Amino acid sequence: MKLRQIKEFIIEKLIFLSGILSILFVVLIFTFLLKEGFLFFKEISIKTFITGKYWYPISDPEQFGILPLILGSLIVTLGAIIVSVPLSIACAFYISEVAQGRIKDILKAGIEMLAAIPSVVLGFIGMTTLVPFLKNVFNLPTGLTALSGSIMLGLMAMPTIITISEDAINAVPKSYKEGALALGATRWQAMYRVIIHAALPGIIAASMLGIGRVIGETMAVMMITGNAAVIPTTFLQPVRTLTATIAAEMGETVHGSMHYYSLFAIGIILFVITFIINVTADMFLHRNKK
Amino acid sequence: MKTTTKQKIAFSILFLCTIMVVLPVLFVLGIIIKNGWHGINWQFLTTMPKDGMRGGGIYPAIVGTLYLVSLSIVFSLPIGLLAAIYLNEYAKDNLLTRLIRLAIVNLSGVSSVVYGLFGLALFVTFMKFGVSILSGALTLAIMNLPIVITASREALASVPYSFREVSYSLGLSRWQTIRHSVLPFAIPGILTGAILSLARAAGETAPILFTVAAFYLPKLPDSIFDQAMALPYHLYIISTQIPNISTETRYATALVLVGIVFSMNIIAVVIRARLRKRKKW
Repeated sequence: MKLRQIKEFIIEKLIFLSGILSILFVVLIFTFLLKEGFLFFKEISIKTFITGKYWYPISDPEQFGILPLILGSLIVTLGAIIVSVPLSIACAFYISEVAQGRIKDILKAGIEMLAAIPSVVLGFIGMTTLVPFLKNVFNLPTGLTALSGSIMLGLMAMPTIITISEDAINAVPKSYKEGALALGATRWQAMYRVIIHAALPGIIAASMLGIGRVIGETMAVMMITGNAAVIPTTFLQPVRTLTATIAAEMGETVHGSMHYYSLFAIGIILFVITFIINVTADMFLHRNKK
Repeated sequence: MKTTTKQKIAFSILFLCTIMVVLPVLFVLGIIIKNGWHGINWQFLTTMPKDGMRGGGIYPAIVGTLYLVSLSIVFSLPIGLLAAIYLNEYAKDNLLTRLIRLAIVNLSGVSSVVYGLFGLALFVTFMKFGVSILSGALTLAIMNLPIVITASREALASVPYSFREVSYSLGLSRWQTIRHSVLPFAIPGILTGAILSLARAAGETAPILFTVAAFYLPKLPDSIFDQAMALPYHLYIISTQIPNISTETRYATALVLVGIVFSMNIIAVVIRARLRKRKKW
């Protein structure tokens, strides 16, 4: 009897510990990024870092301005939003409100498959199909452009946006729709006059989480956007994103150099961006549940 | 009449949008299978690469990936399951629970390359595991924790409350109740989540860039403290860093990777479907 109680006490403590471990991991990630990035910010102020126009980490004198990288990430993300958000919302409505039976299952399986394709594979396919295609269509010197990144990343954001929007649409009380139909509205009128309003917070949250995924995406974007650290002016030129910079350059840095620390500083910026996006999205979702 | 025509048009547009989402999936898969199929043979799967990866097989990359994902699940499944038990069975609706939920949301949102940086700073440098399978597996495990927790929690929540009540009424303690009346019924759901997280870990590249991945290492790792090749990283290298590799080799590598990831997903889906059929409560 006594032994059993001791055993249970230990198990329940372990359960509690595992429960709070997630918080610990978030804190650990931030601490270790700060620990390495801190040494960088001792030398260079955050302001010069963010607003500097030139990213020449290995030339002499070295320059660490990430404005071109931030704008690179922004332009790719903006394009991906245009590509993915309207399509995904339409798709979520079709799957949850129009499609039925077998078709619905097949479409859902298709979306799950899209989510399962590894990003490096999508990057590879982008390199071999989309990049040459865009090069020919727009008659460009290279197809490795912000546009290719936007299209591929838009595709990758779709499963997130669709699944969460679909949940939000399904969570709208049946009585709303039934009420609209009883008043003589068609299913389509019920959808765009009633359901979409009730599901809006969830749909916004879904889009934000999709955008968060796009900003953090690394491999595909590194393989198909051309990696030129210049301030972008159009969608049809090579750009370099924050994530691609870290992934492409970390292998070449000397451990403990300014260049090494600067990549951690970029990591801090990325962490803060995704943190803000996720917390805001979660607030929208939470509000929706009440 | 007019409103129904409108509805028809609207639904057609929605359908077109849906097709535009699903079609690229078929296109991507079709093109990989079509171009990669002929490159796959027994020799490709079971021999070491040679001639600077232009010839030979991808055996060490396959083995490296299998090592990585199995070691990562050893860490993430117990922690994730216990965390799910805490959230579903013990946690009250208070600030701490809200914080945990927020932390999980954030863990799932952190960029994969930031996980790579974190793994480099904590496991490789600070804990001195070096660039090794262990460092990479731990990094992947933390990255996958949200998936395991969410899936396990859903599985636990789907067990009816009456099961617990019966157990309590027989005088069993909280842990005994969980152990004998809840967990056995949640196992298929937990397994589904675990396999899905394995599939994701198998395809991730950015977190292993600085923590495990060896550019070219034509031998199998001896221990978890060794570097290893990994399939997704290998695909990245042969498609961007090394010129003059036949496209067939590239597509075949992509096909093997997609094959591994998809077969895990299919297994998970089958388990889930069987579970739904068997469920009698």
